Amino acid sequence: MAAMTLLEARGLTRHFGGLKAVDDVDFDLETGEIHALIGPNGAGKTTFVSLLSGRISPQAGSIRFQGKDITGLPAHRRVRAGIAYTFQITQIFANLTVFDNVALAVQPRSGVRRLRAGVDAALARVGLEDRAEQVAGTLSYGHQRLLEIAMGLALQPKLLILDEPTQGLAAGEIDGFKRLVAGLVPDTTALLIEHNMEVVMDLAHRITVLNFGQVLASGTPESVRGNPAVQAAYLGGG
Amino acid sequence: MKGRIWGAHLGLLAVLALAHFLLPDYHHNNVAKVMVLACYAMGYNIAFGYTGLLSLGHALFFASGLYATALSINLLGWSAGPSLALGLLAGAVMAVAVGLLALRTAGVAFMIVTLMFAQAGYLTILYLGQWTRGDEGIVIAQGLRVIAGFDLSAEGPRYLAALALFGAGLLANLWLVRSPFGRVMVAMRENEARARMLGYNPFRVKLASLAISGLYAGAAGAAYAVMFGYAGASLAGVQYSILPMLWVLLGGAGTVMGPFIGCLLMFYLVAYSANVTSASLLVVGLVLVALVLFAPKGLLGSLRTRGVTWLP
Repeated sequence: MAAMTLLEARGLTRHFGGLKAVDDVDFDLETGEIHALIGPNGAGKTTFVSLLSGRISPQAGSIRFQGKDITGLPAHRRVRAGIAYTFQITQIFANLTVFDNVALAVQPRSGVRRLRAGVDAALARVGLEDRAEQVAGTLSYGHQRLLEIAMGLALQPKLLILDEPTQGLAAGEIDGFKRLVAGLVPDTTALLIEHNMEVVMDLAHRITVLNFGQVLASGTPESVRGNPAVQAAYLGGG
Repeated sequence: MKGRIWGAHLGLLAVLALAHFLLPDYHHNNVAKVMVLACYAMGYNIAFGYTGLLSLGHALFFASGLYATALSINLLGWSAGPSLALGLLAGAVMAVAVGLLALRTAGVAFMIVTLMFAQAGYLTILYLGQWTRGDEGIVIAQGLRVIAGFDLSAEGPRYLAALALFGAGLLANLWLVRSPFGRVMVAMRENEARARMLGYNPFRVKLASLAISGLYAGAAGAAYAVMFGYAGASLAGVQYSILPMLWVLLGGAGTVMGPFIGCLLMFYLVAYSANVTSASLLVVGLVLVALVLFAPKGLLGSLRTRGVTWLP
């Protein structure tokens, strides 16, 4: 089975003043994989995925998605092209209902008639189907994270970028989340920033380790776990 | 819920239709004027209340409609019908032109830029006094204010025309905010960064909202010219940019009926306080302070947070 490249980044660079947040990074995502991005705090993970999603523009380098150069494409057009991003800090529309939050993601692809069905399906995937009429800001934190993920899924992306999705979730919710992400592939490719190593090791097909804005290692969970440089920098000498 | 929503809005229109037969002359005339101005306020509300665009320059869009209609009747000799349509378009076109530049900014800068455009428009009207007659203004002769046999300078037809305009505006407003695009406008107001990451181009959404807003303002200005037969520079001044904001805040920003209710209350507040004191604006100021203290979401906005949650 020849792996197809969904996204490739070459020489991606973004500095903030003297800080090399992302420095000459080459990165490949295969279609249908779950790819985890790990690294110490401040390693440049969020900046890197922000470059991929278009929230920040790079100072050098290029990004190709499904063979097309998207380096200059603004964020909202990348979303339409199939790159969805869920925020690290939950960014739902707190004053709108759960239904309206998800409807905003669903409605560009559905007509008015199929809107409710699309929203219900997206909410059912994360288990929030009986909370559609609740005002989103009154949901518990864990449920707000799930709503955020439901909005990402409802975009029916080819690539779903999840920025620390399990942060603040209870243990039971994390198990549900793992089942959810495992069920996404191979239709959707997932790029996951994650600190919870158990989640990473259970889910990821491949792992890329960032440190000081550069790729320290990349490969299967086993090879990354056994990499001495990674152990020194991140895993604490394992 | 759907029935309740349409019922409430159609009910308001039914009450206003009934008022046509019941109101004494003085109030009949006032309510006709309030309905036209409420159309302007609804337009302001679409930009401000729903999309979160705090403009201080809407008088320019109102005046575009007002003058496009008044000048095309008086100088070009158009009949009232086509010049009304021209005025309506003028408001929308002006809003798009201003929006293309002003929407590159946000927040306080957007307020300042829109204010500057409106002041430039006001000064232009004064500068072109040869045609606009500046502060003194243009009076449109009674005989020219007739559309399809309806003499809009007469009180009866004028009230009904104002009601038709207001009714169309109100129902279109209701339909708009309940449509998918209405949801996107609110998303821009609530969290622009998130809306962008759902695939919406903030600039285009805001420009479209401003264009609709300008269409309402232009329609109100055009109707004002034909119905009340007057276009003066004072109607393009900064006061007429602030007034719709006050009406909307009083009635409830982001509610469909709020602009009309705010406009009606403010109109009578000014009228009655003028009977009591020459400092009527002081009374208005005190009411607004009370509003901010006790009902910052306006009358309908407060009603919505206190149980009438279905109110659009």
